[in-house]
Amino acid sequence: MATGTERTGTEHKDGQRGAAARRGVHTPGRAAIAAPHLRTDRWWSAPAATVAGLLAFVVYSTWRAFAAADYYAAPYVSPFYSPCLAENCEEMRGGPNWDLFGGWWGISPAIIILIFPLGFRLTCYYYRKAYYRGFWASPPACAVAEPHRAYTGETRFPLIMQNIHRYFFYAAVPVAGVLTYDTVLAFRDEHHAWGHMGLGTLVFLVNIVLIWAYTVSCHSCRHIVGGKLRHFSKHPVRYRAWRFVGRLNARHMQLAWASLFSVALTDLYVFLVASGVFDDPRFF
Amino acid sequence: MSGYEALFKVWRGDASGGDLEDFRVEVNDGEVVLDIIHRIQATRAPDLAVRWNCKAGKCGSCSAEINGRPRLMCMTRMSVFAREETVTVTPLRAFPVVRDLVTDVGFNYAKAREVPAFVPPAGVGPGEYRMMQEDVDRSQEFRKCIECFLCQNTCHVVRDHEENKPVFAGPRFLMRIAELDMHPLDAAAETGRDRARTAQDEHGLGYCNITKCCTEVCPESIRITDNALIPMKERAVDRKYDPLVWLGSKIGRRRPPG
Amino acid sequence: MTAVERQQWDVVVVGAGGAGLRAAIEARERGARTAVICKSLFGKAHTVMAEGGIAAAMANVNPHDTWQVHFRDTMRGGKFVNQWRMAELHAREAPDRVWELETWGALFDRTKDGRIAQRNFGGHEYPRLAHVGDRTGLELIRTLQQKIVALQQEDHRETGDYESRLKVFQECTVTRVLKDGDRVAGVFGYERESGRFFVLEAPAVVIATGGIGKSFKVTSNSWEYTGDGHALALLAGAPLLNMEFVQFHPTGMVWPPSVKGILVTESVRGDGGVLRNAEGRRFMFDYIPDVFREKYAETEEEADRWYDDPDHNRRPPELLPRDEVARAINAEVKEGRGSPHGGVFLDVSTRMPAEVIRRRLPSMYHQFKELADVDITAEPMEVGPTCHYVMGGIAVDSDTAAARGVPGLFAAGEVAGGMHGSNRLGGNSLSDLLVFGRRAGRYAAEYAAAAPRVPVAGEQVDAAAAEALRPFAAGGAEATTGGDAGPPENPYTLHQELQQTMNDLVGIIRRAPEMELALKKLAELRVRARRAAVEGHRQFNPGWHLALDLRNMLLVSECVARAALERTESRGGHTREDFPAMDRAWRNVNLLCRTADQAPGDPEEGDDPARGRITLVRETTEPIRPDLLALFAKEELVKYLADEELYE
Repeated sequence: MATGTERTGTEHKDGQRGAAARRGVHTPGRAAIAAPHLRTDRWWSAPAATVAGLLAFVVYSTWRAFAAADYYAAPYVSPFYSPCLAENCEEMRGGPNWDLFGGWWGISPAIIILIFPLGFRLTCYYYRKAYYRGFWASPPACAVAEPHRAYTGETRFPLIMQNIHRYFFYAAVPVAGVLTYDTVLAFRDEHHAWGHMGLGTLVFLVNIVLIWAYTVSCHSCRHIVGGKLRHFSKHPVRYRAWRFVGRLNARHMQLAWASLFSVALTDLYVFLVASGVFDDPRFF
Repeated sequence: MSGYEALFKVWRGDASGGDLEDFRVEVNDGEVVLDIIHRIQATRAPDLAVRWNCKAGKCGSCSAEINGRPRLMCMTRMSVFAREETVTVTPLRAFPVVRDLVTDVGFNYAKAREVPAFVPPAGVGPGEYRMMQEDVDRSQEFRKCIECFLCQNTCHVVRDHEENKPVFAGPRFLMRIAELDMHPLDAAAETGRDRARTAQDEHGLGYCNITKCCTEVCPESIRITDNALIPMKERAVDRKYDPLVWLGSKIGRRRPPG
Repeated sequence: MTAVERQQWDVVVVGAGGAGLRAAIEARERGARTAVICKSLFGKAHTVMAEGGIAAAMANVNPHDTWQVHFRDTMRGGKFVNQWRMAELHAREAPDRVWELETWGALFDRTKDGRIAQRNFGGHEYPRLAHVGDRTGLELIRTLQQKIVALQQEDHRETGDYESRLKVFQECTVTRVLKDGDRVAGVFGYERESGRFFVLEAPAVVIATGGIGKSFKVTSNSWEYTGDGHALALLAGAPLLNMEFVQFHPTGMVWPPSVKGILVTESVRGDGGVLRNAEGRRFMFDYIPDVFREKYAETEEEADRWYDDPDHNRRPPELLPRDEVARAINAEVKEGRGSPHGGVFLDVSTRMPAEVIRRRLPSMYHQFKELADVDITAEPMEVGPTCHYVMGGIAVDSDTAAARGVPGLFAAGEVAGGMHGSNRLGGNSLSDLLVFGRRAGRYAAEYAAAAPRVPVAGEQVDAAAAEALRPFAAGGAEATTGGDAGPPENPYTLHQELQQTMNDLVGIIRRAPEMELALKKLAELRVRARRAAVEGHRQFNPGWHLALDLRNMLLVSECVARAALERTESRGGHTREDFPAMDRAWRNVNLLCRTADQAPGDPEEGDDPARGRITLVRETTEPIRPDLLALFAKEELVKYLADEELYE
């Protein structure tokens, strides 16, 4: 009788045969509605915008990362190339170029360091949502049927690797530290004299604030600073830190996009100055 | 008054089949979709099956899909639709249909039973519980859940993949595990149960790909993904994927965090 | 007759709200195999709508609180017609019942030192209501639901079957309590989903079906509140007590029309909200009755000081018991000082910062925002009285919750009468459920352990099945015979007419001629209800379900109307325009409703369907125990008790 927990008898009945046509919302026993979904709003606009935005960034950053040119215009170093860890780096006075890799590294030095922010963003809980929806259509939008035959989520390789997000967070912190250092260096002029500021300095400032806000608002960070605790009352400082991170975390998506654009724009700014398209307007 | 006639398409049928049926119905100021369904029931189709109870968004009975979006009928105001817009109401599409707008939500009750209950701390009698507000805040958010099962219905893990139902508890019950794991006095750990580990090993936390539809449809605005599912994933990482934490717990303090 | 599935249980609980679940937990823990039957899904019962809190004298916030003070408040609120032993047990046991919920996983809001926070409420001398924001009922029902699941998990570990000792039959309706001679033998019901009939044989049945609000047009109650339990008990031969006492909650939503009646929690006032009329006046100061005059502030300044310094100021009159506030609102509207949609203004926006409102009254904020487009942090709400609760109910033994006159029948929660007298205080309902739910479960289990098992007679099952199938035949050939000639009736239309009748004629303010008219209309409706016809088949057919519920609503409505006509005074939830004063002579008088033609097992009415089905009996109540009376000052007792009671 109706206890709500007995077997309904409709599960798995359809097993293998004919499953292609009769799976998901068309599983036998569910309301027989032919349309895979009945949404009438523009549900596709969000995933489409995601795809467009991410693709644009990928194209631009791939070009810039492999170009290995026009990434330093004293005192500015492009965030794509910072820190610069190979022998083939441009000379940056006092800048973040430390030759850890030596001369054998032949291709663009950006590749060495970009792995870390790339991995951080690739495993980020927000970006995962964005590209699972946008690129994988898994699902394309809420209550819109996904096209896949089978689904195992993040339970097996390779997607189980998403669980290493925390290491990328650990790695992203020093990288953000170096970018902070770059921003400090941006308070020099082109002759490396301190106490100056140009439009580029402002661009760097905005970028580093957004980078930090994005990095700190990370879900792993939220967990580490306090989320893992059971009794906040016994850890008042960590509780406050957790609340602060939590407030930022609520805007993780906005920060993810804002910092993505700001880092690309910062690089573009350096490129334009380095390639001589215009001179950095100096304030003082 | 500002009454007008709206075109409704309501799914009628049962497990053996069915179809959308058209109704032209009067709509008055301030009404919600459930009012219109009731009007159809009282005047046109007395045997139209629909679940409802409180009509105030507190019991979570009247879940359905309105223009393809999982929602509570009692909390969907008619004013969100244009007057000429056709309003399509169907039953939840992740569960077997019983009749018309009523589905068999037994899946959820079965999953509820699989989550081990709260374990009271040994040696603390009734009346002796002391918990700080900041320690109960997180679990209290999850306890706002009215069990409308819209999240369970929307989650593509089971909506689009019936075969995942046996292995996946769904957002509502993963959140229940989070609620218990964050409960300041739950003593499951003392009895040898690691809720975070079992969330992944037994309740299918890994199936969640955090695409946030559960959060999007939650009528109580519980931040299921950010506050329950992701923290549980992070707790599972603590146990299973973080050698630093693992090493720390082996060498130093053996007690659970906090 | 087709074979009807039969199962054997020790205790059957009808209703899965707070009282039903608490009874089931207790019965199961005391070893009885227990079945719970509910009309909705498990966990959706009307208890979820309770907002304010659970009243229990835990003294966490004000150390002066004791069970005696709580008892005193309860008796005052009920104007001394309460079944005093129930009020005593309730006040004594409520704290234990709340604390026990914590051991089952409940998470109440906390005080600074980590104990359960308690809030102020109308009629309670001290802050007393354990709460979770304004969704306490949800917390209660979920905790009990999860405790039931925990017990089922235990049973599963031991027996391999979750439902071996405790089973919830959800979406099933009980239409008859079956008997063997005088005593209870089981219940007859149908599965809403399939329409299949079933019989659960059990020596003990606990009725915990809640209230009767769906007989009224403007109500805060859900569709389930059709007085099923009241009617089941009546038809099984148990009397109903003081059914004239119906509580109209002073603050229900009045606009938009589709949500009219939905509750606006008393916590709004408990936390500082004030009532104003169209002229902007805090009119409640004009409505403090004599019996409460010393306890309530006379100026706005004093009332406002009370929130911060309750020991040296008197409380604001907005926190008078619900009956007083409801009558005051009614009077203001009647005299033309109402709000645009026929209510008054309830304002928190000028009393608290927006952020505090959103934190303390989240679901009210949500409810008004979503349903009425009103931002309560910026503008006042419009509110008016709404039928909320019935104080009357099945007459029970105070200690054991056993229904009078029917061995094996128990009742707890709103469906049981007596505890709240003529008016219930806010917060006393949830504590009532827990205290008497537990008692009903305990004594039902004890009774069942000793009672003989007898199978239900086949004729009773057949009769009950025939009664339940009647709406499918109505309107056909059968309808032209006997007194039933006439066209088939739409059950929805009948229901609407019934609600209108009760709302207009036996509503918040009552007059003899109107109630006489109501009785006449009810008789007509009863005749027409015999022709209530339904289309379609038995599978999840709401038209059919309503047609069956109509019987219960009509029976209960008649009880309310007859008892209200009989009681020639105004007291608590019963206000007579023709007898506006409280009459001390009525203090110790109970009105008991019974079915007129006592033919147990006879499923249908006598020869003349228009004849009333209810007879009233007056009964003098047992005197209040002297040590309890001694808790009150003499001057106060003089206002309530008749002279001869005082001298004893």
